[in-house]
Amino acid sequence: MRVGRIGMVFAMAGVLGTAAAGSARAAVARGRAAIIHPHAVGDRPRTAPLHRRGDVSRPPADSHDGRPGRWQVVTVDRSPEEVLAVSARPEPLRRLGGGVEVTVRPAPGGRGTELAARPVPGAAWPGLAAHLLGDDSALLVRRTLWQVKQLVEAGEQLRADRPPDERAANQPGDSWLPPADRPAR
Amino acid sequence: MRALCWAPGGELSVRQVPDPELRNDQDMIVQVRLSATCGADLPLLAGGVTGLAAGDVLGREFVGDVVEVGPAVRRHRAGDRVVVCASVACGACWYCRHGLPSCCDNGNTDPAEAEAEWGHPVAGGFGQPRAAGGFAGSHAEYVRVPYADFGAFTVPEAIGDDRAVFASEAAPAGWMGAEGGEVRPGDVVAVWGAGAVGQLAARAAWLLGADRVVVVDRHPARLLMARQHSGAETIDLRHTDVAAELRELSGGRGPDVCVEAAGGLATEHRSLAGRFAGRTRMPEAIREAVYACRKGGNVVVLNSGARFVDAFPVGAAVHKGITVRGARPHGQRHIPMLLDRMARGELRTEHLATHHFPLERAVEGYALFRDRPEECLRAVFTPQEP
Repeated sequence: MRVGRIGMVFAMAGVLGTAAAGSARAAVARGRAAIIHPHAVGDRPRTAPLHRRGDVSRPPADSHDGRPGRWQVVTVDRSPEEVLAVSARPEPLRRLGGGVEVTVRPAPGGRGTELAARPVPGAAWPGLAAHLLGDDSALLVRRTLWQVKQLVEAGEQLRADRPPDERAANQPGDSWLPPADRPAR
Repeated sequence: MRALCWAPGGELSVRQVPDPELRNDQDMIVQVRLSATCGADLPLLAGGVTGLAAGDVLGREFVGDVVEVGPAVRRHRAGDRVVVCASVACGACWYCRHGLPSCCDNGNTDPAEAEAEWGHPVAGGFGQPRAAGGFAGSHAEYVRVPYADFGAFTVPEAIGDDRAVFASEAAPAGWMGAEGGEVRPGDVVAVWGAGAVGQLAARAAWLLGADRVVVVDRHPARLLMARQHSGAETIDLRHTDVAAELRELSGGRGPDVCVEAAGGLATEHRSLAGRFAGRTRMPEAIREAVYACRKGGNVVVLNSGARFVDAFPVGAAVHKGITVRGARPHGQRHIPMLLDRMARGELRTEHLATHHFPLERAVEGYALFRDRPEECLRAVFTPQEP
């Protein structure tokens, strides 16, 4: 099950179905990393090096020279099988569509699964992702990975209380009253 | 409902705000019985950049009654009297499963933002700046509790509200100081700060078998309280050489464990040049603890307000082989044990609530807490009038 830091990666579908997810799960179950490539729907996984152990230098987080940017990685405290239970591209990573490459591999020391993603240079981001992207695709990818991790580990995506400005929109000044169908506590 | 709200400049007011609502399946709503002030709130009252928005509700340590539970809550039901851990943690990530819930990966609504602040996301918290997750505080009639099964604990009947409220954070923080310092039977333990956390760190050191516990502070009334309720010897730092006193009290060795629970901000500057250079003043207590600690001993820093500090005595730490450990309380791990000790009478905390106010007078309570530390150790607020 153990994989060295030289991860082996596999190319697969952009938005994968359960069959592809099964291939990815099988790959990581064999102790390898799976890469979920955005433009090869239905392909069999293929291997490619993720990075070399001896050379730890990386391109900048948000490369603008056509090279792929730095991998954003989170460790999910669950097995790869659980991380990929529904799809090889778990929600909400799925909404980034073909804009990112995704890899998964077992984390060392039984710490679960290393889930990595990075923007694909020049890729067209789907509507909502393009809207959210702004100038920092790396941050969007990172936020999305954290969301995946939270969904897998905690079972839901934690929401903040409504902020004061949102409250203010509902209640001018201090004279807020609860709706009639909900008793005031 | 009514709540104590923050406004720019550090002004406070009790205002009408919307009731909290269930936002996640693991949430519950608690009707607050008692909510305590905390030293960590004081920087928020000092103005400047706090990360709060006008209208944010303050308060982080509280006890109350469950009034509504989300569909995924299993351990609680309406009517339960609970104390709620001041930090928000999921109970399901690697850190929570390894007994480090204050390091939780999923206790924040925007972990990526928290990463920018601390390098990694940490547990969220109630009534704190938005970077702590955006969870409204407990100086209110009602509060929403995320991850309720992991962060809320039913209070045994034998424990009154005045005691239970300190199981929320002050008692876990004090315990963290002693446990993080690896206090062993026979140890000499020194605690800087005779506030609620310092006194409870001293008590925890006793319970873990320390032979001698010494509390250092500048306020005689707090030192008296530490002697009466924590069984500690005390040093008034205004009148003596603290390091020399500690050497004398520890056979010349220095304390085995030093716990910094003095709080305070590292925002003062020694000089104009230091201010321009962005240098900040090392909180004296941490420096003193490192110098006083015996060779090979442990120093635990509980001050969460110290963000960037300069002039840290690295040389003393290296040459004496000292371990310096920072810690926020792992409340979710310690609260059940602390409630047991409270129920058995081993841990009494009522005396820490020196002033009681109805929530409507919370502004007055905070003014007292901030401006008259000699007199007011902790002010507690009662949102529901009896």
